[in-house]
Amino acid sequence: MAIFGVPLQAMFGQLLLGLVNGSFYAMLSLGLAVIFGLLNIINFTHGAVYMMGAYAAYILMTVLGIGYWPALVLAPLAVGIFGMVIERTMLRWLYKLDHLYGFLLTFGLTLVLEGLFRSVYGVSGQPYPVPDLLRGATDVGFMTLPNYRAWIVVASLSVCLITWYVIERTKLGAYLRAGTENPQLVQAFGINVPLMVTLTYGFGVALAAFAGVLAAPVIQVNPLMGSNLIIVVFAVVVIGGMGSILGSILTGLGLGIVEGLTKVYYPEASSTVVFVIMAIVLMVRPAGLFGREK
Amino acid sequence: MGTVDALDTSRHAELLRVANLHAFYGESHILHGIDFVVNRGEVVTLLGRNGAGRTTTLRAILGLTGTRAGSILINGRETIGMATHEIAHLGVGYCPEERGIFASLSAEENLLLPPAVASGGMSVDEIYTMFPNLRERRSSPGMRLSGGEQQMLAIARILRTGAKLLLLDEISEGLAPVIVQTLGRVIRTLKERGYTIVIVEQNFRFAAPLADRHYVIEHGRIVEAVTMAELDKKMHKLHVLLGI
Repeated sequence: MAIFGVPLQAMFGQLLLGLVNGSFYAMLSLGLAVIFGLLNIINFTHGAVYMMGAYAAYILMTVLGIGYWPALVLAPLAVGIFGMVIERTMLRWLYKLDHLYGFLLTFGLTLVLEGLFRSVYGVSGQPYPVPDLLRGATDVGFMTLPNYRAWIVVASLSVCLITWYVIERTKLGAYLRAGTENPQLVQAFGINVPLMVTLTYGFGVALAAFAGVLAAPVIQVNPLMGSNLIIVVFAVVVIGGMGSILGSILTGLGLGIVEGLTKVYYPEASSTVVFVIMAIVLMVRPAGLFGREK
Repeated sequence: MGTVDALDTSRHAELLRVANLHAFYGESHILHGIDFVVNRGEVVTLLGRNGAGRTTTLRAILGLTGTRAGSILINGRETIGMATHEIAHLGVGYCPEERGIFASLSAEENLLLPPAVASGGMSVDEIYTMFPNLRERRSSPGMRLSGGEQQMLAIARILRTGAKLLLLDEISEGLAPVIVQTLGRVIRTLKERGYTIVIVEQNFRFAAPLADRHYVIEHGRIVEAVTMAELDKKMHKLHVLLGI
């Protein structure tokens, strides 16, 4: 069977790849949206902390002999704490300034972090094994499903949905949403907003690091893995609209799938299709598909 | 119900003492040594023309201005060096001039947002009895409420928290007379229940019958203090000062 001349097997294969990429876009753009909402910082280091998540898992395994599953928790925790230190010592001073300053600082930090990892590990990349439990593939009838890739989609969707639920449906999330609108008033009600800001940044960074650990077994762990991804993720954020939680999740997944389909039907355009969509969205809806016009 | 005083452990008659308060926004020096006192259970107004420094005084009490200097005692505790959220936990409730209803939260989420800062706050049921409209609109998004509903919500949400010192900024501004009357009744009820209230008001006719004392602010200083008993005697002076 074939759709528009493409065999169904190949079609589903590319769709799954698109979904996997979309999962990474969703997790990273979600973190960016949460951070931008509360901190007003365009966190360019997001790619670097994603890379650090993967390296944290790699270091845990090679130096301490700690495997994939504990690393899935420990690496985001460690990188999240690193993020909170950055927030307390550097970002804190920029909130009252224009977005550009936060962007420049985090861009500079990215160069420093990537440089550090490059000088220690080189650029060739380190292998990270797929955990035993998720090796191999499952035949699901219409296609052969690689177990680890299926896990990436399940894990990232779960994390995204839990994050969405906490932000939109709980008291903690109400503080966060209110703080995004009017942090001074939220603090005047007695909430420790500076602490909330630090924890939010730590969470957004930990989310990127979690994505990094998920990615480690499917790509070579290398210092530039974040830079390659972050440009597309920023395009995703622009398309979805800065600051929308559900918007960034749906846009991330959707664009991953669009990219996958483009690889099937017109591979030459697959690396630019996201940017073409971004240009069109910017012309039609400058605030993004899910963003509110201000 | 109505036993707010019994819950207070301190015996200070003064709940709020502001002395030689200076406040800045960036380079601009807005308050030039404000002095006033609010006793427990009193309703006190801060009157003055636009730009005199009344709103800044309320914001400075909560540490929401830039640099501030001088002394602000709340319940006998010096707060001039405290962070905003710590000041709130001394039992201060703030209703800002722009009302500050969060658009992305429903009416009820707005109501439930401020955390408890002291014991003895009103229950949600009591609040809905006091403001029946809010019960009907509980699931509406904050931005869909009318001006009057937003104002009531802005007051209601600080009654839940147990705050006993309420700082209310221009609550009658831009509202229909019937709603202003309702708000007047609410202030009286709150006073009966033992709340201590500082009101910044432009509408002198609204504030005059509610307050125990009035302070007039001009150019960042208190220029006149008028008790309720002196109101008739000093009316002419107030007219001149306020331009009413």
